[in-house]
Amino acid sequence: MEKTFYDWVVYIIENYGVWFLKGAGVTLLIALTGTIIGSIFGLLIGIIKTIPLSNHVGRFSPKRIGLKLVNILLTIYIEVFRGTPMIVQAIVIYYGIAEAWGINWDPIVAGIFIVSINTGAYMSEVVRGGIQSVDKGQTEAAHAIGMTHWQTMLHVVLPQTIRNILPATGNEFVINIKDTAVLNVITVTELFFMTKSVSGAIYKTYEPFLVAASIYLFLTLVITRILRYVEKRMDGPSSYTIFGSSTMPEQILKRGEQIV
Amino acid sequence: MNIVVEIKNLHKTFGQNVVLKGVDLTVNRGEVISIIGSSGSGKSTFLRCINMLEWPTSGEIFYNGENVLKSGYDITKYRAKMGMVFQSFNLFQNLTVLENCVVGQVKVGKKNKVEAEKVALKYLEKVGMAPYINAKPHHLSGGQKQRVAIARALSMEPDALLFDEPTSALDPEMVGEVLKVIKDLAQTGLTMIIVTHEMAFAKEVSDRVAYMADGVMVEMDVPEVIFESPKNERTKQFLSRFIGV
Ligand SMILES: Nc1ncnc2c1ncn2[C@@H]1O[C@H](COP(=O)(O)OP(=O)(O)O)[C@@H](O)[C@H]1O
Ligand SMILES: [Mg+2]
Repeated sequence: MEKTFYDWVVYIIENYGVWFLKGAGVTLLIALTGTIIGSIFGLLIGIIKTIPLSNHVGRFSPKRIGLKLVNILLTIYIEVFRGTPMIVQAIVIYYGIAEAWGINWDPIVAGIFIVSINTGAYMSEVVRGGIQSVDKGQTEAAHAIGMTHWQTMLHVVLPQTIRNILPATGNEFVINIKDTAVLNVITVTELFFMTKSVSGAIYKTYEPFLVAASIYLFLTLVITRILRYVEKRMDGPSSYTIFGSSTMPEQILKRGEQIV
Repeated sequence: MNIVVEIKNLHKTFGQNVVLKGVDLTVNRGEVISIIGSSGSGKSTFLRCINMLEWPTSGEIFYNGENVLKSGYDITKYRAKMGMVFQSFNLFQNLTVLENCVVGQVKVGKKNKVEAEKVALKYLEKVGMAPYINAKPHHLSGGQKQRVAIARALSMEPDALLFDEPTSALDPEMVGEVLKVIKDLAQTGLTMIIVTHEMAFAKEVSDRVAYMADGVMVEMDVPEVIFESPKNERTKQFLSRFIGV
């Protein structure tokens, strides 16, 4: 008797469920690690790109020239990776480096590398915008109490920047979950690659991919919810305690309660 | 030691725009100086040059006998001792009221946290904001924000406090609470330079009042002279707009 569509789906899950899980695991691993590493890259680049040079630093001082040079290199990096498809980068980087250095590197490591530098290029612009969107008054107030540029960044500007860029980071994570699919061209055993293998094994096309689609959707939906929750938590409580005569703040401080 | 800061022949240009054209000011310890003048005359720029938020084009600023404009001078240390209160409060949005008053003491003043919290609380009490230590700036009204901003500046235990139109961004009903805090500070002998449009307040609180126009100090004297019998024609004209002061 002919199997129905439903029969096929059950058959696939029963016999190849582990393949999908393994694929989903690799997808999640690469997307998550790539997003984290990439965001750190992006943060560092964004910070470098917004280093101010006060005009009492000489026009030809090594500091100014060095910073200019670094900025040019960073701009080239950002333009190249934002301006070319990841699938093309994957092939060029994976096979290029393998041949140039004669190494046989793990495709998963290559995948994480590629997703990281892509995310870095994208996030650096987001971070730069995030830093610039912090009110200039915040920086001035920090300078006015004697903070240096780096203290100001660390304690005032970046905490606000990170809150501002959190939605974009989450968005990038979701995009990365979907975009890791292109890494099948360098034989990374992520969800798309594993689905293709299942498809080849059972001579079925859309049925396994429909299973894959449900898994992608499940991942992105869950992650979106988690991120929204984290954002809310970061905003802190919408109310605060007003200390009255029975709960004077001195007493709270004396008891050594964690306030700061 | 009776002079807190001495400013000599200060010039500031922005591109082609000459904003300060040689301003002198000697600020004595415990003195309250108000700066009045129309908008665009360079009052903010002058204040911002005093604590180096703007780098003066030329001139000298003497603090503890040293010119802070000479190269190699540690500007951040100097700034920590010249407190600034901004028109738009500029409280650190990511920090609570208490943290706003603590962060500078700990990171710049290298105090330990417990000590810093005690100092912060002392000044928050002084401005009547102690009950709000756990609030974030966005929870507060304008007047409350400005009082916290004053406590933040005081927590650094500065040699002088600079105010740039501290009540101009406030709703009218909140102006009083902030002015009262500043008046109380004047009683304690704190050195202050206050840019303001509140003429009655300036008259009451100041030891000296300076009238500034087009980047120069036109006239500076005790408030009675400036407000009742100014010697300069431009001062007279400017003040004629503020009837009943
Ligand atoms: N950063 C700046 N760049 C260019 N021009 C400026 C800058 N800051 C102030 N100015 C100019 O300097 C003049 C004096 O401004 P300001 O000091 O703010 O005056 P006031 O505080 O008395 O209203 C104005 O003409 C203003 O446009
Ligand atoms: Mg002004």
